[in-house]
Amino acid sequence: MAEQRKIRVLVAKPGLDGHDRGAKVVARALRDAGMEVIYTGLRQTPEQIVEAAIQEDVDVVGLSCLSGAHNHLFPRVVELLKAKDAADILVVGGGVIPEDDIPFLKESGVKEIFTPGTSTGDVVNFIRSHAGSK
Amino acid sequence: MQAVNNLLERLEARDIRALARAISLVEDSEEGASELLASLSPRLSGSRIIGITGPPGSGKSTLTSKLARDFLDRGEKVGLLLIDPSSPFSGGAILGDRIRMQELSGRDGIYIRSLGSRGSVGGLSQATARVLRLLEHFGFSVIIIETVGTGQAETDVVETVDSVVVVAVPGLGDDIQAMKAGIMEIADVFVVNKADKDGADRTLRQIEAALQMQEGQGMHKVPVLATVASSGQGVTELVAALDAHYKYLADSGELQRRRERRLRKELIGYVTSVLMSDFFARSQADVDAKLADIIQGRTDVYTVGRFLSRKYINERVERDAKQD
Repeated sequence: MAEQRKIRVLVAKPGLDGHDRGAKVVARALRDAGMEVIYTGLRQTPEQIVEAAIQEDVDVVGLSCLSGAHNHLFPRVVELLKAKDAADILVVGGGVIPEDDIPFLKESGVKEIFTPGTSTGDVVNFIRSHAGSK
Repeated sequence: MQAVNNLLERLEARDIRALARAISLVEDSEEGASELLASLSPRLSGSRIIGITGPPGSGKSTLTSKLARDFLDRGEKVGLLLIDPSSPFSGGAILGDRIRMQELSGRDGIYIRSLGSRGSVGGLSQATARVLRLLEHFGFSVIIIETVGTGQAETDVVETVDSVVVVAVPGLGDDIQAMKAGIMEIADVFVVNKADKDGADRTLRQIEAALQMQEGQGMHKVPVLATVASSGQGVTELVAALDAHYKYLADSGELQRRRERRLRKELIGYVTSVLMSDFFARSQADVDAKLADIIQGRTDVYTVGRFLSRKYINERVERDAKQD
């Protein structure tokens, strides 16, 4: 049977906060939307995240951060992906992220930021419409 | 095709991104897969392939991680395939084995890939054989496949790898469970993990007793080892047992037999899937039409099945005759 290309997403929590409920809810929603979600869990360094993203050939990296360190961690992941010639992998982020920080994060190459209250359907739709252009 | 040639070149240059991309290609598409795999040089595999299987939560991932670490430490190049179940409803999956592989991150000489089972029910994924082919071509000296969490009958791994490690844990059943057919029969090395838990000794004895009853099938005596994967206890012994088993395979000629079995399975699997795709592509309308008759009670599955398969074969023969 002819199969279609499966969207693969890495869901990771960079940095030191231990709150992974949001990341798990998103992972579950992506699973139910038919995607393969590589879940790497808590306390990942940007280097670990990028290594996993490349080995797993993901279309999207979803970062969740509730520690306030997003302005450092998210752009670092984008930068490292670029350095590894993997800038085609989409980076999106979520968590408690102040409105004021969003323009900076987007300028740094994070494609979209999902703040608290976003429906999982919106996340799914965004990934469906932006992934798979590789 | 340009894309495939480009990928081949990068694979030859040992580019990890190319390997990762090639794996996705052989997972996602039949045509792309056969085109790419047929372009690889047909050299025999120099990789040693180990399968780790056992029930969900038995510690397969942690054990796999420790094994990989020990093989890396002695200079092997290690490829890991971690298989988790895909949803039968959405086709999606949560691939979470990598969580246990943290201590391997940043190390050279290792490649880790998570695979969804994608409809396969034998404990492996639908494309495992093809993915293995790529890893072998890439030159990993040791490849470890961790199956989905298995129950009693998911035994595909035995036809795919050189050595099978079955991981058991204390407290999952009595001595009759240990005597049952299926998973219990396929071990080349048995591990009772979480051996620091109550009942571990009993589990060890039950497995040993069950194995004694099935001795005589081969010259290799299946060792039963106690491990605590989280602390690394018993891992050195497990590596030694695997080395001993591999030596037995090579010395006895069993390695050749196992590889032949695997190639046979891969070949038949490929032909079956090509035929199935062709059948579905050509007979979809027939199937739909006849299904209505079956549901109405006018005919039955087996009469229709015989008719459709004969019709398909006859049409196929006519088509091929015209082409000749």
